[in-house]
Amino acid sequence: MTPRRPVLPSALRATLTGLALAALALAVFGPLTNMLLWAFAETWYFPAKLPQSYGFAFWERVFRPQGNAMISLGNSLVIAVLTVVVSLLVAVPAGLALARGRLPGRALFLFLFLLPQAFPAIAVQMNVARIFYSLGLNGTFPGVVLVHAIQGLVFSVWISAAAFAAVDPALEEAAANMGAPRFTVFRTVTLPLALPGLIASAIFVFLISLDEFTGTFFVGVPDVTTLPLLLYSAALEGNYQIASITALILLVPSVVFMLVIQRFLKADVLARIG
Amino acid sequence: MFGRKASLLLITPALTMMAVLFLFPLASSLASAFWQDAEARWGMGNFWRAWQFYSADILFSLVIVVLATALVAVLAVAIAGYLTLGESRLFVALLGWLYRWPLFIPFVVAAQLMRTFLAKNGMMNTALVELGLLTPFTTQSFLDWRGIVITFVWKQTPFVALLLAGAMAALDRATIEAARNLGAKRLRLLLDVVVPQVMPSLASGLILSFVTMMSVLSVPMMINAENPTMLTVDMAWRINAYGDYGMANALGLIAYAMTGLVAWGYLRQGLKEKSA
Repeated sequence: MTPRRPVLPSALRATLTGLALAALALAVFGPLTNMLLWAFAETWYFPAKLPQSYGFAFWERVFRPQGNAMISLGNSLVIAVLTVVVSLLVAVPAGLALARGRLPGRALFLFLFLLPQAFPAIAVQMNVARIFYSLGLNGTFPGVVLVHAIQGLVFSVWISAAAFAAVDPALEEAAANMGAPRFTVFRTVTLPLALPGLIASAIFVFLISLDEFTGTFFVGVPDVTTLPLLLYSAALEGNYQIASITALILLVPSVVFMLVIQRFLKADVLARIG
Repeated sequence: MFGRKASLLLITPALTMMAVLFLFPLASSLASAFWQDAEARWGMGNFWRAWQFYSADILFSLVIVVLATALVAVLAVAIAGYLTLGESRLFVALLGWLYRWPLFIPFVVAAQLMRTFLAKNGMMNTALVELGLLTPFTTQSFLDWRGIVITFVWKQTPFVALLLAGAMAALDRATIEAARNLGAKRLRLLLDVVVPQVMPSLASGLILSFVTMMSVLSVPMMINAENPTMLTVDMAWRINAYGDYGMANALGLIAYAMTGLVAWGYLRQGLKEKSA
Protein backbone atom coordinates (compact mmCIF):
# COMPACT_ATOMS: atom_id res chain seq x y z
CA MET A 1 0.00 0.00 0.00
CA THR A 2 1.38 3.37 -0.98
CA PRO A 3 1.32 5.76 1.94
CA ARG A 4 -1.06 8.61 1.28
CA ARG A 5 0.02 12.12 2.01
CA PRO A 6 -2.96 14.10 3.30
CA VAL A 7 -3.58 17.46 1.63
CA LEU A 8 -4.39 19.02 4.97
CA PRO A 9 -2.76 18.29 8.32
CA SER A 10 -5.08 16.04 10.27
CA ALA A 11 -5.69 18.51 13.11
CA LEU A 12 -6.87 21.17 10.68
CA ARG A 13 -8.99 18.64 8.90
CA ALA A 14 -10.68 17.54 12.10
CA THR A 15 -11.38 21.17 12.98
CA LEU A 16 -12.94 21.83 9.60
CA THR A 17 -15.11 18.69 9.81
CA GLY A 18 -16.12 19.69 13.31
CA LEU A 19 -17.10 23.16 12.09
CA ALA A 20 -19.15 21.69 9.24
CA LEU A 21 -20.94 19.44 11.73
CA ALA A 22 -21.59 22.39 14.02
CA ALA A 23 -23.06 24.33 11.10
CA LEU A 24 -25.30 21.37 10.27
CA ALA A 25 -26.38 21.12 13.91
CA LEU A 26 -27.29 24.82 13.86
CA ALA A 27 -29.24 24.39 10.62
CA VAL A 28 -31.13 21.37 11.99
CA PHE A 29 -31.78 22.55 15.54
CA GLY A 30 -31.92 26.34 15.02
CA PRO A 31 -35.45 26.34 13.61
CA LEU A 32 -36.57 23.78 16.22
CA THR A 33 -35.16 25.91 19.06
CA ASN A 34 -36.76 29.03 17.66
CA MET A 35 -40.13 27.26 17.63
CA LEU A 36 -39.64 25.96 21.20
CA LEU A 37 -38.85 29.49 22.42
CA TRP A 38 -42.01 30.81 20.78
CA ALA A 39 -44.09 28.00 22.26
CA PHE A 40 -43.15 29.09 25.78
CA ALA A 41 -42.73 32.84 25.22
CA GLU A 42 -45.29 35.05 26.89
CA THR A 43 -43.83 38.31 25.58
CA TRP A 44 -41.18 38.64 22.89
CA TYR A 45 -40.88 41.99 21.18
CA PHE A 46 -38.33 43.16 18.64
CA PRO A 47 -35.39 43.74 19.05
CA ALA A 48 -35.02 41.42 22.07
CA LYS A 49 -32.88 38.41 21.22
CA LEU A 50 -34.74 36.14 23.59
CA PRO A 51 -38.28 36.26 24.98
CA GLN A 52 -38.81 38.84 27.74
CA SER A 53 -41.00 36.46 29.73
CA TYR A 54 -41.90 32.80 29.60
CA GLY A 55 -45.03 31.06 30.72
CA PHE A 56 -47.92 28.78 30.01
CA ALA A 57 -50.64 31.38 29.39
CA PHE A 58 -50.90 30.41 25.71
CA TRP A 59 -50.88 26.72 26.59
CA GLU A 60 -53.92 27.33 28.75
CA ARG A 61 -55.58 29.04 25.80
CA VAL A 62 -54.72 26.15 23.50
CA PHE A 63 -55.81 23.43 25.91
CA ARG A 64 -59.03 25.08 27.03
CA PRO A 65 -61.57 22.24 26.76
CA GLN A 66 -63.79 24.16 24.33
CA GLY A 67 -60.97 25.90 22.46
CA ASN A 68 -60.30 25.50 18.74
CA ALA A 69 -57.12 23.56 19.37
CA MET A 70 -58.75 20.84 21.47
CA ILE A 71 -61.46 20.42 18.84
CA SER A 72 -58.84 20.21 16.07
CA LEU A 73 -56.73 17.79 18.09
CA GLY A 74 -59.81 15.62 18.65
CA ASN A 75 -60.69 15.79 14.95
CA SER A 76 -57.12 14.92 13.95
CA LEU A 77 -57.00 11.88 16.24
CA VAL A 78 -60.44 10.56 15.22
CA ILE A 79 -59.62 11.03 11.53
CA ALA A 80 -56.20 9.38 11.89
CA VAL A 81 -57.64 6.34 13.69
CA LEU A 82 -60.42 5.96 11.12
CA THR A 83 -57.88 6.34 8.29
CA VAL A 84 -55.80 3.53 9.79
CA VAL A 85 -58.91 1.31 10.07
CA VAL A 86 -59.96 1.99 6.48
CA SER A 87 -56.47 1.44 5.05
CA LEU A 88 -55.92 -1.78 6.98
CA LEU A 89 -59.32 -3.15 5.95
CA VAL A 90 -58.37 -2.57 2.33
CA ALA A 91 -54.62 -3.17 2.43
CA VAL A 92 -54.46 -6.42 4.44
CA PRO A 93 -56.50 -8.45 1.91
CA ALA A 94 -54.63 -6.76 -0.93
CA GLY A 95 -51.27 -7.51 0.70
CA LEU A 96 -52.32 -11.10 1.23
CA ALA A 97 -53.34 -11.46 -2.42
CA LEU A 98 -50.09 -9.88 -3.61
CA ALA A 99 -47.90 -12.00 -1.34
CA ARG A 100 -49.71 -15.33 -1.26
CA GLY A 101 -52.20 -15.37 -4.09
CA ARG A 102 -51.99 -16.32 -7.73
CA LEU A 103 -52.48 -12.93 -9.33
CA PRO A 104 -52.16 -12.43 -13.05
CA GLY A 105 -50.00 -9.34 -13.64
CA ARG A 106 -48.84 -9.03 -10.04
CA ALA A 107 -46.09 -6.53 -10.88
CA LEU A 108 -48.63 -4.37 -12.69
CA PHE A 109 -50.81 -4.23 -9.57
CA LEU A 110 -47.84 -3.26 -7.40
CA PHE A 111 -46.95 -0.57 -9.91
CA LEU A 112 -50.53 0.71 -9.96
CA PHE A 113 -50.44 1.32 -6.20
CA LEU A 114 -47.19 3.23 -6.66
CA LEU A 115 -48.70 5.54 -9.26
CA PRO A 116 -50.00 8.26 -6.90
CA GLN A 117 -46.37 8.91 -5.91
CA ALA A 118 -45.55 9.87 -9.48
CA PHE A 119 -48.10 12.70 -9.72
CA PRO A 120 -48.22 15.91 -7.72
CA ALA A 121 -50.98 14.94 -5.29
CA ILE A 122 -52.51 18.41 -5.12
CA ALA A 123 -53.85 18.29 -8.68
CA VAL A 124 -55.64 15.01 -7.96
CA GLN A 125 -56.91 16.10 -4.56
CA MET A 126 -58.62 19.22 -5.81
CA ASN A 127 -60.63 17.04 -8.20
CA VAL A 128 -61.41 14.60 -5.39
CA ALA A 129 -62.84 17.60 -3.55
CA ARG A 130 -64.92 18.52 -6.59
CA ILE A 131 -66.31 14.97 -6.83
CA PHE A 132 -66.94 14.83 -3.07
CA TYR A 133 -68.77 18.13 -3.29
CA SER A 134 -71.33 16.66 -5.66
CA LEU A 135 -71.69 13.65 -3.33
CA GLY A 136 -72.12 15.82 -0.23
CA LEU A 137 -68.88 14.45 1.25
CA ASN A 138 -67.08 17.79 1.47
CA GLY A 139 -66.72 19.08 4.99
CA THR A 140 -67.50 15.66 6.47
CA PHE A 141 -65.34 13.21 8.40
CA PRO A 142 -65.84 10.34 5.90
CA GLY A 143 -64.66 12.65 3.10
CA VAL A 144 -61.48 13.65 4.93
CA VAL A 145 -60.80 10.04 6.01
CA LEU A 146 -61.07 8.84 2.41
CA VAL A 147 -58.75 11.52 1.04
CA HIS A 148 -56.21 10.61 3.75
CA ALA A 149 -56.62 6.88 3.18
CA ILE A 150 -55.73 7.11 -0.50
CA GLN A 151 -52.46 8.84 0.45
CA GLY A 152 -51.66 6.07 2.90
CA LEU A 153 -52.76 3.27 0.57
CA VAL A 154 -49.44 3.02 -1.30
CA PHE A 155 -47.53 2.45 1.91
CA SER A 156 -50.08 0.22 3.61
CA VAL A 157 -50.43 -2.08 0.57
CA TRP A 158 -46.68 -2.33 -0.06
CA ILE A 159 -45.77 -2.83 3.59
CA SER A 160 -48.46 -5.46 4.20
CA ALA A 161 -47.50 -7.30 1.00
CA ALA A 162 -43.89 -7.35 2.26
CA ALA A 163 -44.99 -8.45 5.73
CA PHE A 164 -47.01 -11.40 4.39
CA ALA A 165 -44.29 -12.33 1.91
CA ALA A 166 -41.79 -12.57 4.77
CA VAL A 167 -43.84 -15.30 6.51
CA ASP A 168 -42.33 -18.70 5.76
CA PRO A 169 -44.89 -20.73 3.73
CA ALA A 170 -43.52 -23.93 5.29
CA LEU A 171 -45.05 -22.93 8.63
CA GLU A 172 -48.46 -22.47 7.02
CA GLU A 173 -48.16 -25.80 5.22
CA ALA A 174 -47.20 -27.52 8.47
CA ALA A 175 -50.32 -26.17 10.17
CA ALA A 176 -52.48 -27.12 7.19
CA ASN A 177 -51.03 -30.65 7.11
CA MET A 178 -51.99 -31.08 10.74
CA GLY A 179 -55.57 -30.52 9.62
CA ALA A 180 -56.10 -26.87 10.48
CA PRO A 181 -58.75 -25.19 8.35
CA ARG A 182 -57.48 -22.42 6.11
CA PHE A 183 -58.85 -19.58 8.21
CA THR A 184 -57.36 -21.07 11.37
CA VAL A 185 -53.97 -21.20 9.64
CA PHE A 186 -54.35 -17.55 8.76
CA ARG A 187 -55.50 -16.55 12.25
CA THR A 188 -52.96 -18.53 14.23
CA VAL A 189 -49.90 -18.61 11.97
CA THR A 190 -49.84 -16.05 9.16
CA LEU A 191 -51.40 -13.09 10.92
CA PRO A 192 -49.33 -13.21 14.14
CA LEU A 193 -46.11 -13.54 12.13
CA ALA A 194 -47.00 -10.62 9.85
CA LEU A 195 -48.30 -8.48 12.71
CA PRO A 196 -45.14 -6.37 13.32
CA GLY A 197 -45.13 -5.27 9.68
CA LEU A 198 -48.85 -4.52 9.77
CA ILE A 199 -48.43 -2.47 12.94
CA ALA A 200 -45.58 -0.55 11.30
CA SER A 201 -47.80 0.26 8.34
CA ALA A 202 -50.62 1.29 10.69
CA ILE A 203 -48.31 3.70 12.54
CA PHE A 204 -47.04 5.12 9.28
CA VAL A 205 -50.57 5.69 7.95
CA PHE A 206 -51.55 7.27 11.27
CA LEU A 207 -48.68 9.72 10.91
CA ILE A 208 -49.52 10.49 7.28
CA SER A 209 -53.10 11.28 8.27
CA LEU A 210 -52.07 13.34 11.29
CA ASP A 211 -49.77 15.49 9.14
CA GLU A 212 -51.89 15.73 6.00
CA PHE A 213 -52.57 19.31 4.90
CA THR A 214 -53.49 19.68 1.22
CA GLY A 215 -56.28 17.10 1.02
CA THR A 216 -57.90 18.41 4.21
CA PHE A 217 -57.52 21.96 2.89
CA PHE A 218 -59.67 21.12 -0.13
CA VAL A 219 -62.05 18.51 1.29
CA GLY A 220 -62.44 19.39 4.98
CA VAL A 221 -62.69 23.18 4.97
CA PRO A 222 -64.53 24.90 6.58
CA ASP A 223 -66.33 22.33 8.71
CA VAL A 224 -63.57 19.88 9.57
CA THR A 225 -60.46 21.54 11.00
CA THR A 226 -57.46 19.40 11.83
CA LEU A 227 -54.28 20.43 13.64
CA PRO A 228 -52.28 21.22 10.45
CA LEU A 229 -55.08 23.55 9.30
CA LEU A 230 -55.26 25.17 12.72
CA LEU A 231 -51.51 25.69 12.60
CA TYR A 232 -51.85 27.25 9.16
CA SER A 233 -54.55 29.71 10.18
CA ALA A 234 -52.80 30.61 13.45
CA ALA A 235 -49.61 31.30 11.47
CA LEU A 236 -51.40 33.53 8.96
CA GLU A 237 -53.11 35.42 11.78
CA GLY A 238 -49.60 36.17 13.05
CA ASN A 239 -50.18 34.33 16.31
CA TYR A 240 -46.70 32.93 16.78
CA GLN A 241 -47.37 31.31 20.14
CA ILE A 242 -50.47 29.35 19.15
CA ALA A 243 -48.84 28.33 15.84
CA SER A 244 -45.68 27.17 17.63
CA ILE A 245 -47.58 25.20 20.28
CA THR A 246 -49.61 23.48 17.55
CA ALA A 247 -46.39 22.81 15.62
CA LEU A 248 -44.90 21.26 18.77
CA ILE A 249 -47.92 18.96 19.22
CA LEU A 250 -47.49 17.76 15.62
CA LEU A 251 -43.72 17.53 15.93
CA VAL A 252 -43.58 15.14 18.89
CA PRO A 253 -45.13 12.08 17.17
CA SER A 254 -42.99 12.67 14.05
CA VAL A 255 -39.74 12.79 16.00
CA VAL A 256 -40.69 9.82 18.19
CA PHE A 257 -41.50 7.85 15.04
CA MET A 258 -38.14 8.82 13.52
CA LEU A 259 -36.29 7.62 16.64
CA VAL A 260 -38.28 4.37 16.87
CA ILE A 261 -38.03 3.53 13.17
CA GLN A 262 -34.26 4.07 13.23
CA ARG A 263 -33.77 0.41 14.14
CA PHE A 264 -35.81 -0.70 11.16
CA LEU A 265 -34.11 1.59 8.65
CA LYS A 266 -31.10 -0.64 8.34
CA ALA A 267 -28.88 -0.42 5.31
CA ASP A 268 -29.83 -3.80 3.82
CA VAL A 269 -33.51 -2.84 3.76
CA LEU A 270 -32.88 0.53 2.14
CA ALA A 271 -30.54 -0.84 -0.48
CA ARG A 272 -33.49 -2.54 -2.13
CA ILE A 273 -35.28 0.74 -2.77
CA GLY A 274 -34.49 2.50 -5.99
CA MET B 1 -52.45 -20.31 -0.61
CA PHE B 2 -55.16 -18.54 -2.59
CA GLY B 3 -56.43 -19.37 -6.03
CA ARG B 4 -56.80 -16.87 -8.79
CA LYS B 5 -60.42 -15.99 -8.05
CA ALA B 6 -59.84 -15.56 -4.34
CA SER B 7 -56.77 -13.39 -4.99
CA LEU B 8 -58.68 -11.09 -7.30
CA LEU B 9 -61.50 -10.90 -4.78
CA LEU B 10 -59.06 -9.95 -2.02
CA ILE B 11 -57.43 -7.19 -4.02
CA THR B 12 -60.71 -5.77 -5.35
CA PRO B 13 -61.45 -3.37 -2.45
CA ALA B 14 -58.01 -1.76 -2.77
CA LEU B 15 -58.32 -1.54 -6.55
CA THR B 16 -61.79 0.00 -6.26
CA MET B 17 -60.44 2.60 -3.87
CA MET B 18 -57.59 3.41 -6.26
CA ALA B 19 -59.99 3.70 -9.17
CA VAL B 20 -62.51 5.91 -7.41
CA LEU B 21 -60.15 8.12 -5.42
CA PHE B 22 -57.14 8.33 -7.72
CA LEU B 23 -57.69 7.22 -11.32
CA PHE B 24 -61.12 8.83 -11.71
CA PRO B 25 -60.06 12.23 -10.27
CA LEU B 26 -56.87 12.03 -12.34
CA ALA B 27 -58.89 11.46 -15.51
CA SER B 28 -61.32 14.20 -14.58
CA SER B 29 -58.41 16.61 -14.02
CA LEU B 30 -57.22 15.89 -17.57
CA ALA B 31 -60.72 16.31 -19.01
CA SER B 32 -61.37 19.50 -17.07
CA ALA B 33 -58.07 21.03 -18.23
CA PHE B 34 -59.11 20.71 -21.88
CA TRP B 35 -62.78 21.67 -21.40
CA GLN B 36 -63.53 25.35 -22.01
CA ASP B 37 -66.48 26.19 -19.83
CA ALA B 38 -67.21 29.58 -21.37
CA GLU B 39 -67.48 28.28 -24.93
CA ALA B 40 -68.68 24.82 -23.91
CA ARG B 41 -66.18 23.04 -26.15
CA TRP B 42 -62.83 21.25 -25.97
CA GLY B 43 -59.64 23.17 -26.61
CA MET B 44 -56.41 24.62 -25.29
CA GLY B 45 -58.08 27.78 -23.92
CA ASN B 46 -57.37 27.02 -20.26
CA PHE B 47 -53.68 26.61 -21.03
CA TRP B 48 -53.49 29.94 -22.87
CA ARG B 49 -55.19 31.70 -19.99
CA ALA B 50 -52.98 29.88 -17.48
CA TRP B 51 -49.88 30.99 -19.37
CA GLN B 52 -51.11 34.60 -19.62
CA PHE B 53 -51.90 34.82 -15.91
CA TYR B 54 -49.24 32.62 -14.41
CA SER B 55 -46.25 32.25 -16.74
CA ALA B 56 -44.06 33.93 -14.11
CA ASP B 57 -45.26 31.48 -11.46
CA ILE B 58 -44.67 28.49 -13.73
CA LEU B 59 -41.04 29.53 -14.19
CA PHE B 60 -40.76 30.47 -10.52
CA SER B 61 -41.96 27.00 -9.44
CA LEU B 62 -39.59 25.29 -11.84
CA VAL B 63 -36.57 27.35 -10.74
CA ILE B 64 -37.33 26.84 -7.04
CA VAL B 65 -37.87 23.11 -7.30
CA VAL B 66 -34.84 22.56 -9.57
CA LEU B 67 -32.62 24.64 -7.29
CA ALA B 68 -33.90 22.88 -4.16
CA THR B 69 -33.41 19.46 -5.79
CA ALA B 70 -29.84 20.36 -6.78
CA LEU B 71 -29.02 21.53 -3.26
CA VAL B 72 -30.60 18.40 -1.79
CA ALA B 73 -28.45 16.29 -4.13
CA VAL B 74 -25.21 18.01 -3.08
CA LEU B 75 -25.97 17.90 0.64
CA ALA B 76 -27.27 14.33 0.57
CA VAL B 77 -24.18 13.10 -1.30
CA ALA B 78 -21.95 14.93 1.18
CA ILE B 79 -23.77 13.50 4.20
CA ALA B 80 -24.08 9.93 2.90
CA GLY B 81 -20.51 10.10 1.59
CA TYR B 82 -19.11 11.11 4.94
CA LEU B 83 -21.17 8.42 6.67
CA THR B 84 -19.63 5.84 4.31
CA LEU B 85 -16.06 7.08 3.94
CA GLY B 86 -15.54 9.15 7.09
CA GLU B 87 -12.51 8.13 9.10
CA SER B 88 -13.43 9.59 12.45
CA ARG B 89 -15.87 7.25 14.17
CA LEU B 90 -17.00 10.00 16.51
CA PHE B 91 -17.89 12.38 13.69
CA VAL B 92 -19.63 9.64 11.71
CA ALA B 93 -21.75 8.70 14.73
CA LEU B 94 -22.57 12.36 15.41
CA LEU B 95 -23.56 12.99 11.80
CA GLY B 96 -25.67 9.82 11.70
CA TRP B 97 -27.57 10.99 14.76
CA LEU B 98 -27.89 14.57 13.58
CA TYR B 99 -29.04 14.56 10.00
CA ARG B 100 -32.28 12.57 10.36
CA TRP B 101 -34.24 14.91 12.62
CA PRO B 102 -36.37 16.64 9.95
CA LEU B 103 -37.19 13.31 8.24
CA PHE B 104 -40.80 12.91 9.35
CA ILE B 105 -41.55 16.49 10.34
CA PRO B 106 -44.59 17.56 8.30
CA PHE B 107 -44.17 20.34 5.75
CA VAL B 108 -46.68 22.55 7.52
CA VAL B 109 -44.61 22.32 10.71
CA ALA B 110 -41.35 22.91 8.82
CA ALA B 111 -42.94 26.01 7.28
CA GLN B 112 -43.91 27.32 10.71
CA LEU B 113 -40.38 26.66 12.08
CA MET B 114 -38.91 28.62 9.18
CA ARG B 115 -41.42 31.46 9.57
CA THR B 116 -39.93 32.13 12.99
CA PHE B 117 -36.32 31.19 12.18
CA LEU B 118 -35.87 33.09 8.91
CA ALA B 119 -37.84 36.22 9.84
CA LYS B 120 -36.12 39.59 10.03
CA ASN B 121 -36.02 39.28 13.83
CA GLY B 122 -35.68 35.49 13.75
CA MET B 123 -32.95 33.43 15.31
CA MET B 124 -30.86 33.11 12.17
CA ASN B 125 -30.39 36.85 11.90
CA THR B 126 -29.87 37.19 15.65
CA ALA B 127 -27.12 34.57 15.47
CA LEU B 128 -25.47 36.28 12.48
CA VAL B 129 -25.54 39.62 14.32
CA GLU B 130 -24.06 37.98 17.43
CA LEU B 131 -21.26 36.53 15.33
CA GLY B 132 -20.58 40.02 13.98
CA LEU B 133 -21.38 39.01 10.40
CA LEU B 134 -24.34 41.40 10.22
CA THR B 135 -25.47 44.50 12.06
CA PRO B 136 -29.10 44.88 13.24
CA PHE B 137 -29.59 47.33 10.35
CA THR B 138 -28.41 45.05 7.57
CA THR B 139 -30.55 42.04 8.55
CA GLN B 140 -33.24 41.04 6.10
CA SER B 141 -36.12 38.62 6.09
CA PHE B 142 -35.53 35.41 4.15
CA LEU B 143 -39.25 34.76 3.88
CA ASP B 144 -39.36 34.93 0.09
CA TRP B 145 -38.23 32.48 -2.61
CA ARG B 146 -35.10 31.78 -0.54
CA GLY B 147 -37.27 30.74 2.40
CA ILE B 148 -39.13 28.23 0.24
CA VAL B 149 -35.87 26.75 -1.04
CA ILE B 150 -34.38 26.57 2.46
CA THR B 151 -37.51 24.87 3.86
CA PHE B 152 -37.58 22.33 1.03
CA VAL B 153 -33.88 21.53 1.40
CA TRP B 154 -34.18 21.29 5.19
CA LYS B 155 -37.08 18.86 4.92
CA GLN B 156 -35.99 16.71 1.93
CA THR B 157 -32.22 16.31 2.46
CA PRO B 158 -32.56 13.71 5.25
CA PHE B 159 -34.84 11.57 3.08
CA VAL B 160 -32.45 11.45 0.11
CA ALA B 161 -29.40 11.13 2.39
CA LEU B 162 -31.03 8.18 4.14
CA LEU B 163 -31.71 6.38 0.86
CA LEU B 164 -28.17 7.10 -0.33
CA ALA B 165 -26.49 6.06 2.90
CA GLY B 166 -28.40 2.79 2.71
CA ALA B 167 -27.31 2.17 -0.87
CA MET B 168 -23.69 3.13 -0.13
CA ALA B 169 -23.53 0.85 2.91
CA ALA B 170 -24.61 -2.06 0.71
CA LEU B 171 -21.81 -1.46 -1.81
CA ASP B 172 -18.99 -3.90 -2.20
CA ARG B 173 -16.23 -2.39 -0.06
CA ALA B 174 -13.61 -4.02 -2.27
CA THR B 175 -13.93 -1.42 -5.05
CA ILE B 176 -13.59 1.37 -2.49
CA GLU B 177 -10.56 -0.24 -0.87
CA ALA B 178 -8.99 -0.88 -4.27
CA ALA B 179 -9.34 2.76 -5.29
CA ARG B 180 -8.10 3.85 -1.89
CA ASN B 181 -5.02 1.65 -2.21
CA LEU B 182 -4.33 3.19 -5.59
CA GLY B 183 -4.06 6.49 -3.78
CA ALA B 184 -7.43 8.07 -4.56
CA LYS B 185 -8.32 11.05 -2.40
CA ARG B 186 -11.60 10.79 -0.52
CA LEU B 187 -13.44 13.32 -2.69
CA ARG B 188 -12.30 11.50 -5.88
CA LEU B 189 -13.29 8.23 -4.28
CA LEU B 190 -16.76 9.58 -3.48
CA LEU B 191 -17.45 11.17 -6.85
CA ASP B 192 -15.75 8.65 -9.15
CA VAL B 193 -16.25 5.34 -7.38
CA VAL B 194 -19.10 5.53 -4.87
CA VAL B 195 -21.67 7.92 -6.38
CA PRO B 196 -21.80 6.29 -9.85
CA GLN B 197 -22.68 2.97 -8.21
CA VAL B 198 -25.60 4.45 -6.23
CA MET B 199 -27.00 6.57 -9.05
CA PRO B 200 -30.35 4.68 -9.18
CA SER B 201 -31.00 5.38 -5.49
CA LEU B 202 -29.94 9.01 -5.85
CA ALA B 203 -32.12 9.53 -8.91
CA SER B 204 -35.22 7.91 -7.44
CA GLY B 205 -34.81 9.87 -4.20
CA LEU B 206 -34.45 13.12 -6.12
CA ILE B 207 -37.41 12.43 -8.40
CA LEU B 208 -39.64 11.61 -5.42
CA SER B 209 -38.48 14.83 -3.78
CA PHE B 210 -39.13 16.79 -6.97
CA VAL B 211 -42.71 15.47 -7.19
CA THR B 212 -43.30 16.11 -3.48
CA MET B 213 -42.04 19.69 -3.66
CA MET B 214 -44.16 20.32 -6.75
CA SER B 215 -47.30 19.44 -4.79
CA VAL B 216 -46.67 21.06 -1.41
CA LEU B 217 -49.22 23.78 -0.74
CA SER B 218 -48.50 24.77 2.86
CA VAL B 219 -44.87 25.87 2.45
CA PRO B 220 -45.35 28.49 -0.31
CA MET B 221 -48.63 29.66 1.27
CA MET B 222 -47.01 30.19 4.66
CA ILE B 223 -43.62 31.49 3.56
CA ASN B 224 -44.27 33.48 0.42
CA ALA B 225 -47.77 33.85 -0.97
CA GLU B 226 -46.82 37.15 -2.66
CA ASN B 227 -46.22 37.32 -6.38
CA PRO B 228 -44.52 35.46 -7.89
CA THR B 229 -45.46 32.33 -6.02
CA MET B 230 -45.71 28.61 -6.70
CA LEU B 231 -48.26 26.87 -8.90
CA THR B 232 -49.84 25.07 -5.96
CA VAL B 233 -50.90 28.40 -4.45
CA ASP B 234 -52.36 29.49 -7.81
CA MET B 235 -54.33 26.25 -8.13
CA ALA B 236 -55.84 26.68 -4.66
CA TRP B 237 -56.58 30.34 -5.45
CA ARG B 238 -58.30 29.61 -8.78
CA ILE B 239 -60.56 27.12 -7.02
CA ASN B 240 -61.32 28.89 -3.76
CA ALA B 241 -61.75 32.38 -5.19
CA TYR B 242 -63.24 31.70 -8.63
CA GLY B 243 -64.34 28.06 -8.72
CA ASP B 244 -62.27 28.02 -11.93
CA TYR B 245 -61.50 24.29 -12.17
CA GLY B 246 -60.54 24.55 -15.83
CA MET B 247 -57.57 26.79 -15.25
CA ALA B 248 -56.63 25.11 -11.96
CA ASN B 249 -56.49 21.77 -13.76
CA ALA B 250 -54.52 23.27 -16.64
CA LEU B 251 -51.96 24.40 -14.04
CA GLY B 252 -52.11 20.92 -12.51
CA LEU B 253 -51.38 19.39 -15.89
CA ILE B 254 -48.38 21.70 -16.29
CA ALA B 255 -47.15 20.42 -12.92
CA TYR B 256 -47.65 16.79 -14.09
CA ALA B 257 -45.76 17.64 -17.27
CA MET B 258 -42.78 19.05 -15.38
CA THR B 259 -42.51 16.03 -13.08
CA GLY B 260 -43.16 13.72 -16.02
CA LEU B 261 -40.30 15.26 -17.99
CA VAL B 262 -37.92 14.76 -15.09
CA ALA B 263 -38.94 11.12 -14.66
CA TRP B 264 -38.74 10.52 -18.41
CA GLY B 265 -35.25 12.06 -18.59
CA TYR B 266 -34.14 9.72 -15.82
CA LEU B 267 -35.64 6.64 -17.45
CA ARG B 268 -34.10 7.52 -20.82
CA GLN B 269 -30.72 8.02 -19.21
CA GLY B 270 -31.07 4.62 -17.57
CA LEU B 271 -31.95 2.95 -20.87
CA LYS B 272 -29.04 4.61 -22.65
CA GLU B 273 -26.63 3.36 -20.03
CA LYS B 274 -28.06 -0.14 -20.25
CA SER B 275 -27.79 -0.28 -24.03
CA ALA B 276 -24.29 1.23 -24.03
